[in-house]
Amino acid sequence: MSMYGYLLRRLLGTIPVMLVVALFIFLMLRLTPSDPAAIIAGDNASTEQVARIRGQLGLDRPMVEQFFIWSGKVLTGDFGESFFFKKSVASLIGERIEPTLSLAFFTILIAVFVAVPLGVLAAHRHGSWIDRIVMGFSVLGFSVPVFVIGYLLIYLFSIWLNWLPVQGYQRISEGVGGWVQRLILPSVTLSVIYIALIARMTRTSVLEVLSEDYIRTARAKGQSERKVLFRHALRNAAVPIVTVIGLGVALLIGGVVVTESVFTIPGLGRLTVDAVLARDYPTIQAVILLFSFAYVMINLAVDMIYTLLDPRIRY
Amino acid sequence: MADVIVDIPIAAAPVKPAAAFRKLLHNPGVVFGGVIIAIVVLMGLLAPWLGTIDPTAINPIARNRIPGAEVSMRTDTGERIKMIALFGTDGLGRDIYSRVVYGARVSLLVGVSVALISVAVGLFIGLLAGFIRILDAVIMRIMDGLMAIPAILLAIAMVSLFHSSVLTVIVAITVPQIPGVVRLVRAIVLSVREEPYVEAAVTLGTSTPKLLWRHVLPNTIAPMIVQGTFICASAILVEAILSFLGIGVPPEVPTWGNIMAEGRQVFSLFPHNIIYPGVFLAATILAVNVLGDGLRDTIDPKMAKRV
Amino acid sequence: MTGPVLEIVNLSVAIEGGGDRPHAVRGINFTVGANEIVCVVGESGSGKSVTAQAVMGLLPKNAMQVETGLIRLQGDELTAKSDAELRAIRGTRMAMVFQEPMTALNPVERVGDQIGEVLEVHTALDPRQRRKRVLEIMRAVHLPDPEQMIDAYPHQLSGGQRQRIMIAAALVLDPALLIADEPTTALDVTTQAQILKLVREMQGRTKTGVLFITHDFGVVSEIADRVVVMQLGRIVEQGPCEQVLRDPREDYTRMLLAAVPSMTPPKRAPVSGAVVLQTEKLSKTYGRRSLFQPKARIVNAVSDVSLMVRRGETLGIVGESGSGKSTVARCVARLVQPTSGAIRIENVDIASMREAKFRPMRRRVQFVFQDPYRSLNPRRTVGEAIIEGPMNFGLGRKEALQRARDLMAVVHLSPDAIGRYPHQFSGGQRQRICIARALAMEPELLIGDEPVSALDVSVQDQVLKLLDEVRRKFDLAVLFITHDLRVAAQVCDRIAVMQRGVIVEQGTTAEVFAAPRHEYTRALFEAAPGRDRVFFAGKAAEA
Repeated sequence: MSMYGYLLRRLLGTIPVMLVVALFIFLMLRLTPSDPAAIIAGDNASTEQVARIRGQLGLDRPMVEQFFIWSGKVLTGDFGESFFFKKSVASLIGERIEPTLSLAFFTILIAVFVAVPLGVLAAHRHGSWIDRIVMGFSVLGFSVPVFVIGYLLIYLFSIWLNWLPVQGYQRISEGVGGWVQRLILPSVTLSVIYIALIARMTRTSVLEVLSEDYIRTARAKGQSERKVLFRHALRNAAVPIVTVIGLGVALLIGGVVVTESVFTIPGLGRLTVDAVLARDYPTIQAVILLFSFAYVMINLAVDMIYTLLDPRIRY
Repeated sequence: MADVIVDIPIAAAPVKPAAAFRKLLHNPGVVFGGVIIAIVVLMGLLAPWLGTIDPTAINPIARNRIPGAEVSMRTDTGERIKMIALFGTDGLGRDIYSRVVYGARVSLLVGVSVALISVAVGLFIGLLAGFIRILDAVIMRIMDGLMAIPAILLAIAMVSLFHSSVLTVIVAITVPQIPGVVRLVRAIVLSVREEPYVEAAVTLGTSTPKLLWRHVLPNTIAPMIVQGTFICASAILVEAILSFLGIGVPPEVPTWGNIMAEGRQVFSLFPHNIIYPGVFLAATILAVNVLGDGLRDTIDPKMAKRV
Repeated sequence: MTGPVLEIVNLSVAIEGGGDRPHAVRGINFTVGANEIVCVVGESGSGKSVTAQAVMGLLPKNAMQVETGLIRLQGDELTAKSDAELRAIRGTRMAMVFQEPMTALNPVERVGDQIGEVLEVHTALDPRQRRKRVLEIMRAVHLPDPEQMIDAYPHQLSGGQRQRIMIAAALVLDPALLIADEPTTALDVTTQAQILKLVREMQGRTKTGVLFITHDFGVVSEIADRVVVMQLGRIVEQGPCEQVLRDPREDYTRMLLAAVPSMTPPKRAPVSGAVVLQTEKLSKTYGRRSLFQPKARIVNAVSDVSLMVRRGETLGIVGESGSGKSTVARCVARLVQPTSGAIRIENVDIASMREAKFRPMRRRVQFVFQDPYRSLNPRRTVGEAIIEGPMNFGLGRKEALQRARDLMAVVHLSPDAIGRYPHQFSGGQRQRICIARALAMEPELLIGDEPVSALDVSVQDQVLKLLDEVRRKFDLAVLFITHDLRVAAQVCDRIAVMQRGVIVEQGTTAEVFAAPRHEYTRALFEAAPGRDRVFFAGKAAEA
């Protein structure tokens, strides 16, 4: 069936992309002016430690061989050791992944459920004050940096109104109520830019669809405006909207790094910042690889969703 | 039925510089954004003459003063003078007003540099990809790979590798922006190539370089201007984030981002550290985005469909 | 049923914000009776579509509105009704079919559901009853295998089938009035014939009043009972079809009818000039099967086409969409690389020449494109467009501009206008400029790829006459691509008929028209609307 063929082709298509990503990350470390082994070992390492690391990383061998060794390790989940945190990178990631996933989950939930209706409303009332307000908020959402919004919300809700805790994170295992409560402000903060993006794309997409011929046909059949909007317009506008939800995850990932810093959430974002400040390269590499992989997979999932939405892609 | 042209009503003319400029001035977005940007630019350029002091001058006796407080400080010549700290002072006694005014310089420098470089490089690569089949596949694979790494992470990764400096930050922010420009230029080239007037030029014997220059390139000008504006806004934002996280320009150079970074610890008690630079930052980015929207609506309405 | 189904009384529709005139239509009056087909004919900008939209209450809200006048449907005044009341009437008592079947159907919804939508909105039938009714109407419009097709998506159907779906949706509730806005313009001539037949059949069966909008007099002659001729928002003339077509009263109508090319080709002397173009077994195949795509579709756009054009002669290639006629033209002009075969321009085979070697020869083969609105770079003046070619071949700017001025005069445009931009010219004028641009190269072969298909019939007439004049004056060989048999009759010395990439018949125009041999050619002629009719022909027809 050609749908499986399409999916297979898409899946295979992600391989070259990940290859380029892996190559880039691999080369990153190898192309620095200083000695990678020395950098990894840190400032206080002895020459024996540096030599040992050089051996471990196989830095004496030709580049191509190094790449294969490194890739092989990565594919089996061995990201090396973090000299700064004194643990294996894999276990570091393991501990930090839950907060980031929770944050991402709530953010996407809030964003999609707020942005899409707003965008549809703005398109429906094209040119009216509702439209202008939605577009105005959209530009603001793009322009005010995540951390500024974060501090604004903290000031308002935590310090002034005292409704919500200022910072920190609570694991699900320690109680769902607290878990949710602590994630409200960070999720809302992070969702702002995502909402701005999705609302705008929804509006544009729906507006474009509303000028298509089949909308005119539906009206000629005597169909009500509401049904025209939902049955005909939205279903056709869905593909670009879903696309931008997928692409917007890149913004989300960038935002996660900042949001976790502002709200002191011990997730992968914070890990990235700490790793960079400490010049902990194995961790930096692993985190970037992981985030990129997640991004590629999410967009692959978006491609799959297309086949459900648009029969032209299926057959 | 007139054969000879006499009185055909003249429709909207294609964009000529003088007429286009006047049309731009009528767009509220362009005006609003333009004015604010002009103010910020002037602020940065005229920084030394706007009642500022050395933004890096540490003043241990005047730490964490609230906005409007009177502060006593020692000048270079050793005398003690009193001044009003309009925006207060930070944890090291530095005058926030001066830091904010000087901070405009870095933000604008980074924003404009990133925009110019990424557009120039992206345009070049995009034209190559659009016109030379063989290069297209290779280039787009690389661009796809680069785009798979979220921009901030890529910037962070590059900054972590090299010596901390303004140049490093500019390069680190530029690289992730290039694939987006390449994609856009390539799409334009591919669609323009299909136009009958380009095919007509081929039948007239126009060589490929001339085709590019005469028929394809002019179609990229407006989209590049608009895209460049949005990239500028994005670059200012990313620079602020990098500085805020402590991995941007060196800490001696004041930027809106690192002013806020240094004010984080005492935020609940002394929010002015974050509010003032935050407002300027948000206003500037907003102005550039609004300018971009206005430019797009005036000179490149087709792009409105691409968000 | 007493009284007309539709009455339009003194209707005027105003255009907001200017445009080229304040009213889209002004003071128009006509009726459509039950059981009759009224054709509204006019060129672009005549206001015929606006009239249809006004009746349905579908005028674009912020751009146009009914200013004065009455629209009565079976005696009911429509202009006084609310939105909700109009919605109740649409689909039940009046229905509309549009021009582009591909875009008029929702691409993500099954066609059966789209017909069923009308029943959903207006009736209380349950899903099973709806399905039954949908199958009935699909059978009535002669769709093959309705049980399967009801669940298909629009992109899986052909243009003709999609149009039948639209007609089915329009007629499923037996409306008193059917409005069809150029429903066959986007279809091939054979498909068009079938759809016209269907419209007549359905109309006869249910005695529906039909308002049929078109620009094609052939179509009018096939189905109209009465004709309404519109120009620039006003009705110029109306009356019984026979009468208007054979003996029109108004000058405008006479001019329009005289411009319609006749199906009878004029007598032509045989041409004996040197052979300029010769193709041998020209083929072009798209698609390649590879390891990753073993089932990729291979399209034989052109297969083994051999033809020849002499100096001073016009060879026409006639065919429907997908016949490969445009591809042949593009291969000859080397806009596309042929897969195999030879293309000889004055005995030099250019089929597989590398571009760099071929470029000096481009001078000899020039091309006029179909779309006058996209064939000229909007940012460059028409003078610059005309001199681009000659300057590529070494001519100095001053001489080139002089040549441009001379050529503007040749194509009957003012030489001083070379400093203007394309948007300042009409479609027909732009096409002339494109011809001037081609002539500036002093070519031997001129290729026209449907050069008049996008033009109104009166303008078309002028451009065709210009092409003829230019061919004689410069002793050109002309390769003329068209789907319109009438145009081919008027312009071509010899024609080649193509179907699915292959030439099925070739010969002099007179021979082929008088006695087509291949069954496809015969089908084409059968389908040509109004082929048996005689239209008013202006001044005494030439021998």
